[in-house]
Amino acid sequence: MERRVKLSRFSRAGSTVVIGALALTLAACGSDDPVGDAGGDSGTESSTDAATDLSGELSGAGASSQESAMEAWRAGFQSTNPDVTVNYDPVGSGGGRTQFLAGGTGWAGSDAALDDEELTKSQEVCGPDGAIDLPVYVSPIAIIYNLPDLPEVNLAPETLAGIFNGDITTWDADEIAADNPDADLPSTAITPVHRSDESGTTENFTDYLAATAGDAWGHEASGDWPTQGGESAQGTSGVVQTVQAGEGTIGYADASKAGELGTASIKVGEEWVAYSPEAAAEVVDASPRVEGRGEHDIAVELDRKTVESGAYPLVLVSYAIACSNYEDEATGELVKAFLTYISSDEGQQASASAAGSAPISEDLRTDVHAAIEAITVGAAG
Amino acid sequence: MTSTASTAPDPTPPGGPVADEPRPSRGTGARRRAGVGDRGANRAFRWTATGAGALILAVLAAVALFLVIRAWPALTAGGAELGETISWFPEDASILSFVGPLIFGTLLAAALALLLATPVAIGIALFISHYAPRRLASGLGYVVDLLAAIPSVVYGLWGSLVLPPVVIPVWGWLADTFGWFPLFAGPASPTGRVLLTVGLVLAVMILPIITAVSREVFLQTPGLHEEAALALGATRWEMIRTAVLPFGRSGVISAAMLGLGRALGETMAVLMILSPGLLYSFKILQAGQQQTIAANIAANFPEANPMGVSTLIATGLALFVITLLVNMAARAIVARRKDFSGAN
Amino acid sequence: MTTVTTQAGPGRAPDPERTAAVRALLRGADARRRRTDKTMTALMWGAFVLAMVPLASVAWTVVANGMHQFDGYFLTHSMRGVFGGMDAGGIYHAIIGTLLITLGAAAISVPIGLLTAIYLVEYGRGALARWVTFFVDVMTGIPSIVAGLFAYALFAVFFGPGVRMGVVGSVALSVLMIPVVVRSCEEMLRLVPNELREAAYALGVPKWLTVIKVVLRTSVAGITTGVMLSVARVIGETAPLLITVGVVDSINFNLFEGRMMTLPVYVYRQYSQGLVPCNDALDAVCIPSINYDRAWAAALALILIVMLLNLVGRLVTRWFAPKTLR
Repeated sequence: MERRVKLSRFSRAGSTVVIGALALTLAACGSDDPVGDAGGDSGTESSTDAATDLSGELSGAGASSQESAMEAWRAGFQSTNPDVTVNYDPVGSGGGRTQFLAGGTGWAGSDAALDDEELTKSQEVCGPDGAIDLPVYVSPIAIIYNLPDLPEVNLAPETLAGIFNGDITTWDADEIAADNPDADLPSTAITPVHRSDESGTTENFTDYLAATAGDAWGHEASGDWPTQGGESAQGTSGVVQTVQAGEGTIGYADASKAGELGTASIKVGEEWVAYSPEAAAEVVDASPRVEGRGEHDIAVELDRKTVESGAYPLVLVSYAIACSNYEDEATGELVKAFLTYISSDEGQQASASAAGSAPISEDLRTDVHAAIEAITVGAAG
Repeated sequence: MTSTASTAPDPTPPGGPVADEPRPSRGTGARRRAGVGDRGANRAFRWTATGAGALILAVLAAVALFLVIRAWPALTAGGAELGETISWFPEDASILSFVGPLIFGTLLAAALALLLATPVAIGIALFISHYAPRRLASGLGYVVDLLAAIPSVVYGLWGSLVLPPVVIPVWGWLADTFGWFPLFAGPASPTGRVLLTVGLVLAVMILPIITAVSREVFLQTPGLHEEAALALGATRWEMIRTAVLPFGRSGVISAAMLGLGRALGETMAVLMILSPGLLYSFKILQAGQQQTIAANIAANFPEANPMGVSTLIATGLALFVITLLVNMAARAIVARRKDFSGAN
Repeated sequence: MTTVTTQAGPGRAPDPERTAAVRALLRGADARRRRTDKTMTALMWGAFVLAMVPLASVAWTVVANGMHQFDGYFLTHSMRGVFGGMDAGGIYHAIIGTLLITLGAAAISVPIGLLTAIYLVEYGRGALARWVTFFVDVMTGIPSIVAGLFAYALFAVFFGPGVRMGVVGSVALSVLMIPVVVRSCEEMLRLVPNELREAAYALGVPKWLTVIKVVLRTSVAGITTGVMLSVARVIGETAPLLITVGVVDSINFNLFEGRMMTLPVYVYRQYSQGLVPCNDALDAVCIPSINYDRAWAAALALILIVMLLNLVGRLVTRWFAPKTLR
């Protein structure tokens, strides 16, 4: 009995010591600065020199498509403005817009511009001029496929629709052969892979098919894959992995994640265009703005049927949604500085490098910057 | 660890727990003490302990209650309203026709896992209890238990990055050879992200629990039965077949049901491996046919709007009820076996 | 583990010589039965070997893929400001989150679980005790995602929807942990010999003091083991944390405010971020597969933590188990 009590006492004392030591070690050696440049020597060589007196915390929420880019933007912005903390919560486009319209966040990231109803509602938090949409993230969507014998392939919209509808089932089908007269097509079965979660990528892909393939597609644009069955995977990287895992697979994914996989050229007018950041930026420039909006609202109505030479109409445009007036001065200044940074050449290069997005063109940047300049801060006049 | 010594108050095996009959000696002891004066700290302590026990029931009730509260908007809204507010909700569906395929997929995945795991688990349990050298047996038991120590997200990682290249040819062969059998209807998916792969991973995950419980039961086979069988000239296998297995049957069944409960609720492995689809389909070699409730919740929850969350919680409620029923059935079987084996 | 009565050795018949003779006779006479026996023996061995294949495969892949990213830097840095394919970032914030949330879960479950076990062993009689025993068993089977939904629903009622903080995760995990704690504590308390209790009563010690000073003290090693094993059981849970705690890339020491990262969620998140583009990177170093590398390394860390808990838990029993119970 006595021996037991001693033992248990020892074990208790022992465990206290162990836990204490563990806690000390853990608390002492952790670092929240893994990159090691909180002072900011990497980002200071260019621009945004006036912004360094900013401080505070800025929160946004929205599309997960922007997430990788946002990581780069936040890192870049925080390294030039060490006193600022920017948070981005990838809750999805819809959730981002809802939180923004409820006044919960400073800005929202969204794969779709605000609709008219939401614009009206935005006057409650943003004053009489409402909110504005700024295209800051343009990402080409690549048609990826896994067929080692076939380094290049051309696919017309109707053919694509046939493949993803399940009407075309082998790689040597007549339709594909018609698009690729010179290629030596294997008879491998085609396995189309789509996104299993709701996503802006799916929305833009189905929108493209609906606009260009006509009857061959037969579904409306939607963020959710319109048919049941078929191979699918969670998230862009899931699709890429699944395509990689099988042979004869084909899918669509943000071009940045295509990696080693083959990517198809799509038919624009009479020519075949492979995806490239420039070609993606091109179609955004060639597309009209949505009518009937505020002066500085830059919602783009993507022209999927463009015949512009060298344009790649299969792109995803994601917006930063901000108020045209911020009552809270600090928030307003932060939003303006942050949006200026992400739409600047430096910011766009950062996201191109980290997320493989297409930098917006010089013209569009001028417009976006003008819109950001026009954001007013302080009580609405 | 410790073998039950003669002084141990209760012969209940750890693996086969159930409501115990109160031991008379302590009961009278407590009552007598209560007569002397059950007040002050004594009473406070007793009530605290009893309160904690009651709290368990309260927690279980709270789980059901809060799930119902949060699921209520989706349960009462019509299918049309749900379809309008939730983007991933299929058109022209009601909450019932939405959750139906999910339940089907959940049950099918769990059944597959069970089918694959149970024979192996029984084999391992018999191996450890009756074949392996006595000195090694408990060590081997620990090794099997290690399978349970691996977190499910690691199984997911393994099942989605390592397993597919291995199983794709096998699944292809299955579809080619046994394609006439509805389960194996081809063509097999070239990516391996199908329900059979999920079932395989789930089987590995539930193997330890089925093994552990079965092992305990087999070890309890009365020695006289075994010796009687051997004395009649039975080989080792015949002894097992005639003495051990009949004795352990209900224990194995309840072990399997515990495993079933585990498989029903498994989330990450399914989420990371399966190509989901909302169909009533038995084609376990084709992609995009089935989805499980748990994986569906995890996939859609982070980006769901309030009505979406409510719908997901409603499906979670269905899962809760199913697992509750399975577990209660398993426990009931254990309890019944206990009553019978008490005679031994 | 338990209850193998001494005469139960299956291979040992009462009179070995005669049985052996009879057996030899029978074997010689019927080759088919012997073949069946041999086949079944092979099958049993086969089943065991078969089960070892996934274990070895998982262990090997995790170690092989996780080793090269797994170092001191990885363990002591967070992911704040890390993006793209840069060769930086670690799991410190995730370790902190996992430890704090699990600690929170233990702080909720251990008192409740221990008290319930005391109730069942020392006081429990009648309908309530039977119900509690039954539902503790049933509770073991609650799917982890349902526990997560419950915690979310509970906090959403009080804090509004969209609430994400560490303590929600703790509550979710404690729902999973309580039944395990009750089970193991109950088992340990039942092992305490009745004589000890009676001796204490005889000395006039009130029951509550007997329970605390005698029963709990005697079984403290077993209870410690039980708690550690139950912690090991929940520390790898992913799904409930994914939906209650969210993700974050910085260190957060506060359970009651803001999102927290946890190791299992970190693994899942790195996995789902997939390959990095790495086109004309600004950084000198860009590793396309960095996210997978981090996922494997974090998985390795997670498995090591779970194994350590299991190992220490078992060692505690072995070293400190009361000798009289052997």
